[in-house]
Amino acid sequence: MKTAAGQPDSTTFYLEEEHHPEQGTMLGFWIYLMSDCLIFAVLFATYAVLGRNYAAGPSPKDLFELPLVAVNTTMLLFSSITYGFAMLEMEKGKQKNTLIWLTITGLFGLAFVGIELYEFAHLIHEGATPQRSAFLSAFFTLVGTHGLHVTLGIVWLVILMVQVNQRGLVPENKRRLMCLSLFWHFLDVIWIGVFTFVYLMGVLQ
Amino acid sequence: MFSNLDLQKLVFGRLTLEAIPYHEPIVLITFLGVAAGGLAVLGAVTYFRLWGYLWREWLTSVDHKKIGIMYVILALVMLLRGFADALMMRAQQAMAFGANEGFLPPHHYDQIFTAHGVIMIFFVAMPLVTGLMNFVVPLQIGARDVAFPFLNNFSFWMTVSGALTVMVSLFVGEFARTGWLAYPPLSGPAGSPGVGVDYYIWALQIAGIGTLLSGINLIATIVKMRAPGMSMMKMPVFTWTALCTNILIVAAFPILTAVLALLSLDRYVGTHFFSNDLGGNPMMYVNLIWIWGHPEVYILILPAFGVFSEIVSTFSSKRLFGYASMVYATVVITILSYLVWLHHFFTMGSGASVNSFFGITTMIISIPTGAKIFNWLFTMYKGRIRFEVPMLWTLGFMVTFTVGGMTGVLLAVPPADFVLHNSLFLIAHFHNVIIGGVLFGMLAGITYWFPKAFGYKLDPFWGKTSFWFWLTGFWFAFMPLYVLGLMGVTRRLNHFDDPSLQIWFVIAAFGAVLVLLGILSFIMTLVVSFVKREELRDVTGDPWGGRTLEWSTSSPPPDYNFAFTPMVHDGDAWWDMKRRGYSRPLHGFKPIHMPRNTGTGVILGMISIVFAFAMIWYIWWLAAATFVAMLAVTIVHTFNYNRDFYIPVDAVMGAENKRTKMLAGHV
Amino acid sequence: MSLRPLGLSPLGFLRGFALIPLAGLLSGCNLVVMQPAGDIAARQRDLILVSTGLMLLIIIPVIALTLLFAWRYRQSNTDAPYDPDWHHSTQLEVVIWAAPLVIIIALGALTWISTHTLDPYRPLSRIDSSRPLSPDVKPLTVEVVALDWKWLFFYPEEGIATVNELAAPVDRPITFKITSSSIMNSFYIPALAGQIYAMPGMETKLHAVINKAGVYEGFSANYSGSGFSRMNFKFHGLDNDAFAAWVAKAKAQGKPLSRQDYLTLEKPSEQEPVRYFSAVDDGLYRSILNMCAVPGKMCMSEMMHIDAMGGGGKESHANRERLEYDNRHAVAGDEAEAATAPASGRAARSDEKPEGVKSGPTGSSETPDPHHGHSMPDMKHDGPAPVQLNQ
Repeated sequence: MKTAAGQPDSTTFYLEEEHHPEQGTMLGFWIYLMSDCLIFAVLFATYAVLGRNYAAGPSPKDLFELPLVAVNTTMLLFSSITYGFAMLEMEKGKQKNTLIWLTITGLFGLAFVGIELYEFAHLIHEGATPQRSAFLSAFFTLVGTHGLHVTLGIVWLVILMVQVNQRGLVPENKRRLMCLSLFWHFLDVIWIGVFTFVYLMGVLQ
Repeated sequence: MFSNLDLQKLVFGRLTLEAIPYHEPIVLITFLGVAAGGLAVLGAVTYFRLWGYLWREWLTSVDHKKIGIMYVILALVMLLRGFADALMMRAQQAMAFGANEGFLPPHHYDQIFTAHGVIMIFFVAMPLVTGLMNFVVPLQIGARDVAFPFLNNFSFWMTVSGALTVMVSLFVGEFARTGWLAYPPLSGPAGSPGVGVDYYIWALQIAGIGTLLSGINLIATIVKMRAPGMSMMKMPVFTWTALCTNILIVAAFPILTAVLALLSLDRYVGTHFFSNDLGGNPMMYVNLIWIWGHPEVYILILPAFGVFSEIVSTFSSKRLFGYASMVYATVVITILSYLVWLHHFFTMGSGASVNSFFGITTMIISIPTGAKIFNWLFTMYKGRIRFEVPMLWTLGFMVTFTVGGMTGVLLAVPPADFVLHNSLFLIAHFHNVIIGGVLFGMLAGITYWFPKAFGYKLDPFWGKTSFWFWLTGFWFAFMPLYVLGLMGVTRRLNHFDDPSLQIWFVIAAFGAVLVLLGILSFIMTLVVSFVKREELRDVTGDPWGGRTLEWSTSSPPPDYNFAFTPMVHDGDAWWDMKRRGYSRPLHGFKPIHMPRNTGTGVILGMISIVFAFAMIWYIWWLAAATFVAMLAVTIVHTFNYNRDFYIPVDAVMGAENKRTKMLAGHV
Repeated sequence: MSLRPLGLSPLGFLRGFALIPLAGLLSGCNLVVMQPAGDIAARQRDLILVSTGLMLLIIIPVIALTLLFAWRYRQSNTDAPYDPDWHHSTQLEVVIWAAPLVIIIALGALTWISTHTLDPYRPLSRIDSSRPLSPDVKPLTVEVVALDWKWLFFYPEEGIATVNELAAPVDRPITFKITSSSIMNSFYIPALAGQIYAMPGMETKLHAVINKAGVYEGFSANYSGSGFSRMNFKFHGLDNDAFAAWVAKAKAQGKPLSRQDYLTLEKPSEQEPVRYFSAVDDGLYRSILNMCAVPGKMCMSEMMHIDAMGGGGKESHANRERLEYDNRHAVAGDEAEAATAPASGRAARSDEKPEGVKSGPTGSSETPDPHHGHSMPDMKHDGPAPVQLNQ
C-alpha cells in the first residue's frame, strides 16, 4: 500500500495527509470505449445476420467500389498517424506544433467523412437505399454509425483546439487530448473491421 | 385549408388536440390528481421559498449521497405509478369474465401492462439499485465522492427525463401496447404506427444513457478510489456486488441502446432490420433484446444480494460466513448471466441441442446462487440475531426467493418451459424473484442505511407492519398465479371465458390490496419517523453495530464523508477499528478538495425531454433545435475549468467539533 | 405416465413427494397442465414433477434451516452458542457448493435427455406410454396459420380448412406446420402438447398426439395486439368415425376458400366465429408462408433463391415493390389497429365487426399462382422454412 505514512502500521486507522486517489478519467473513458465497442459489436452481428439478405436486389459486388474505399481507408489511417504526431508534440509541450498536427488530423477526418458521404449519395442515387433491403439497412447503419462517430470526433477536435489555444497545454487539456486520442484510434480499429468485414469480404466472396 | 393543415403539420408534427385523452375518465382523473398534487408541491416549494435551496443543494448537487437519495425518491414515486397499473390489471382480470368486459378495453389494458413492466424495471428497480449503490459505495470504500461527480448528476437527470417521458405518455397520446420488451413485428411501423412505441423507445434511450454512464462512473470509483489498505478481497460484499453489477451494466446497456436504435430506424427511416419483408428478421430483435435483458435481471439482483450480505452479518453480530466463496459466486453469476439469454424463448423452435445448452447454463447459475443462500444461512449459525426490520426483510427474502429460484430452474428445463412459457406461472416466477429478491432487498437496504442518510432510524412498528403486509400480500397475489399457470392460463389476457378461474384472480387481487397496504405502511413509516425523528435520532453514526466504513462517520455524513481518509486492515474495517480501540482524530484537519455543483446536468436532462417529445410527435424543427441546444450546453460545459474548490479547515473543524460534542452528549 | 423413457424410474418417488403440496389444489379445479390428455403433454408434466421433486430435496432443507437458525440464534436465546469470528470452514463450503452441484448434474442430464426426446420437431415414436407407434401409421398433417386475431387450419390431405376450430382423431399422431400472417403468436393447446411460436415468413413444427376424446382449449400464448384475448379455439379430440364425420360436415357446410377469400379473412378482426371451408386453393398455405398470397407479390422462397445466387443486381427496382408485405394493410387503406385514436384520430379498426368471408369466384384461374409462376427450376418447395436461424 502506498501510504503517506510509509509502512502500513496495523494500528494506524487513518491517513494524516490528504489522500489523492488516482485519476480515474482514462480508465473511465476506456470503459466507455468498450461500451461503444459493444454497440459496434451489435451492428457487426446484425450485418453478419442480415448481410446476405439482398431482397432480390443489389449485392456488395454490385455496389462497392474498392478503390474509393481504399482511398477512404488511407485518409483515416493517415489521420491516426498525424494524431500520433500531435500527441508527441504535446508531450514535448509544443503547443503550436500540436495545433498544426491536430488541424491536419481534422482535415483528414473531414476528407474521410466527405468521401463516405459521396459514396452514400452515389448508392442512394442508384436506388440502393437503406430501405431497399435488410443488407443495405445493416450496411448503412454500420458504416453510418462509424461515420457519425468520426464526425463527432471532428467536432470534439475543433473544440479542443480552441481550448488548447485559450489555455495552453494545461493538465486538463492534456487529459482531454489523451481521451480524444483513444477515441480516434478506436475508430480506426473499428474501421479496419468495417473495411475487412464489409467491403473486402463483400466484394471478394 | 390544405396549406393550413400543412402549416399545422410543420409546427406540431402529428400532435393534435385529439392526442389528449380527455374522453377517457380514468386517465382524466389520474391527470387531475397528478396535476393537483404537482401544483400543491410546486405551490408549497414556492410558498416556503425553497426554490433556491432546492436548486443549490439538491438539483445541481454533485454529492453522491444526495444523488443517491434523489434516485431513491424517484423510484418510490414511480413505484406508486407502477403499482397503480398493477392494481388496475388485477382488478380487470378479477372482473372480466363471460359477459363482463371489465373496465379496461384492450387498447387501454395493453398500455397498462406494458407501462407496468417498463416502469417497474427501468424506473423503480433500476433507480433503487443505482441510488443505493451511489449512496453506499463511496462511503463503504472510504472515498469522498465518486470518480466523476458531474457525470453522476447528469446520469441521474437522464434517468429522471426517461421517467418523465413515460409519464407524459399518460396524458399526451398513448404508451406502447406491445409488452415491456416491444417485440417486433408488433412494435414495428406496421404493427404499431402510433406514438406509443416511440415513447417507449425514447424513454428507454434517455434513461439508458444515464444508466450506462453511472455504470462507468461506479466502476472507476471502485477500482480507483478505495481507501488505502482495501484490497479487492477486503472490499465489503455490497461493494463487490456493486462492482459486478456495474460491469454488467456497461456490458449490457450498449446492446439495449443499439437494438432500440435499430428499431427506431425501422420506425423512422423505414429500414428492414426487424420487418417481415425485404430480408428483415424479427427473431434477431428477440435475441438481441434478451442478450441485454438477462444480464439486466442480475444487474438488479446482485446488489440485493450485497445488501442481504451486509444485513445478515450485521444483525447476526458475526462475520459473514464464506466471504471468498461469496465473492467468487458473484463473479461466476456475472459471467454466466451472458450465456443464458435464449431460455427466454425456447419456444421459438431452436434445435434441441441449442435449447438444452441454454437450459443447462441457466441451471448452473443456481449453483453459485445456492452457495450464497447457504453462506447467509451459516452466517446466522452461531450468531446473535436481532430481528430489526432489515433482518425481517432478509428472512422474508430467504424463504421467498428460494421458492422463486426453484420455479426459475423449473422453467429452464425446455420441455417444461414449453407448457409454462408465457403463462401466469412465469409471471408468478419472476415476480417471486423480483419482489422477493430485488424489492425486499432494496426495502431492507433503505431501512438499513436510512439512519446513515438522514440521521434518524425508521420507526420499527410501521416498518414491521409494512414488511408483514408486503410478505403476505406477495404470497396471496402470486401463489394463485402459479396455480393459474398450471391451469394453462396465459399472460396479458384482458378477458376470460372460464368462470372457474375467477376465484383465483380474486385471491390475487386481494393480495394486491395487501401489498397496497404494505406500500401505505411504508409511506407511514417515513412520515411517522420524520415526526418522531428526535426520538429515533442516531447520534453515534453507528446505530446497528455496523461492520463497514460507512458506519465510522457521522449520520448523516458531512459533505466530505471522512475528515481523514481511513486506512483499512480488515474486510470488516469498522468492526476491526472498533475492536482494536480506534479513537476518532480531533485535530490536524486539512482543507478538503471537493467538486463544485453544476446545473448542466439538470438543464441537459430537461432539454432531452423536449427533444424526445419532438421526436415522438415528428415536430422536426423542435427536435433539431433541442438537439443543437444539448450539443451547445455540453460544449459550453467543457469550457468551464473551474470545477472544484477547497472546504476550508475552519468548516471541517466546525463540523467535526459538532460531532465530538454530539458523541460526548450521548455518552 | 411411466418415467422409463427418461431413464429415471428410480426417481419416481420424487413425483409423489412433489405432489403433496399440490394435492389440496388439485381437487376442485382443472389443472390442465398437470392432467393433460396427450402423451407429449403428459411427459412434459412428468418432467415438471420430477424436476420439482429433485429441487425440493434442497429447497425444503434450506427453508427449514433458515427458520430454525433464525429462531435458535435469536438474540434473546443466550443458551445458544455465539461465535462472532467463525466465518470459514472448508468442509462446509465444499458441501454447500457440492450439494447444489449434484442436484444440477442430475437435472442437467434430465434436461439434455428430455429436451431431445420431447423436441417438438421430432416425429413421435409412441402413442402413449404403453403403445409404440407402428411405422405404417401416417400422421395427420395440419397447417396452422395465426392471423390477426384468429386461427386458420388447413387439412391438406382432407382438402378442407377451418377457422377457430381444430379436430384430430384420437391416438393418431398429428404433424403441425405453423406460421403466422403478420405478428408473432404462440400455438398452444395445453391438454395436447407444449407450445411453439408462430412467426410470419417462417415455419415451425410440432408433433403431438391426443389420447382421450374430448373438447380442449387452444389459444395464442404470445401477446399479439388488441384481439389477442379472444384469439382462442376449441380442439376436438375425436374417434376415427367422428373425425370422418367432422370432415364431411366441413365439406358439406363450408364454402371453398379462394386466395381472394383468404385476403379478406386475413384482415384483422376479433372474435371470429367458427367457419369451415370445403376446398382450398392450391398452394395457399405455401403462399401464406412465403408472404405472397397477394397476387403479383414475389415469394420469399424465390427471393431467397435470388439472394443465394448473388442478388438481383442494380437493375432490380421492380422487385422491391413486389416484396413489400408489412405495409399491405396501410396500402389497402385498412390501417393497423394501433394507429387508432388518439394517434391518428381514426376509429379503432377492431370496432368494425368481422365481415365474414364472401364467397368469391373460386380458383383465381386468370392470375397464375404467383408462387408457382416465379419458381426457379431447382427450387425445393418442401425445404425447411425460409430465413430460419434455428433449425
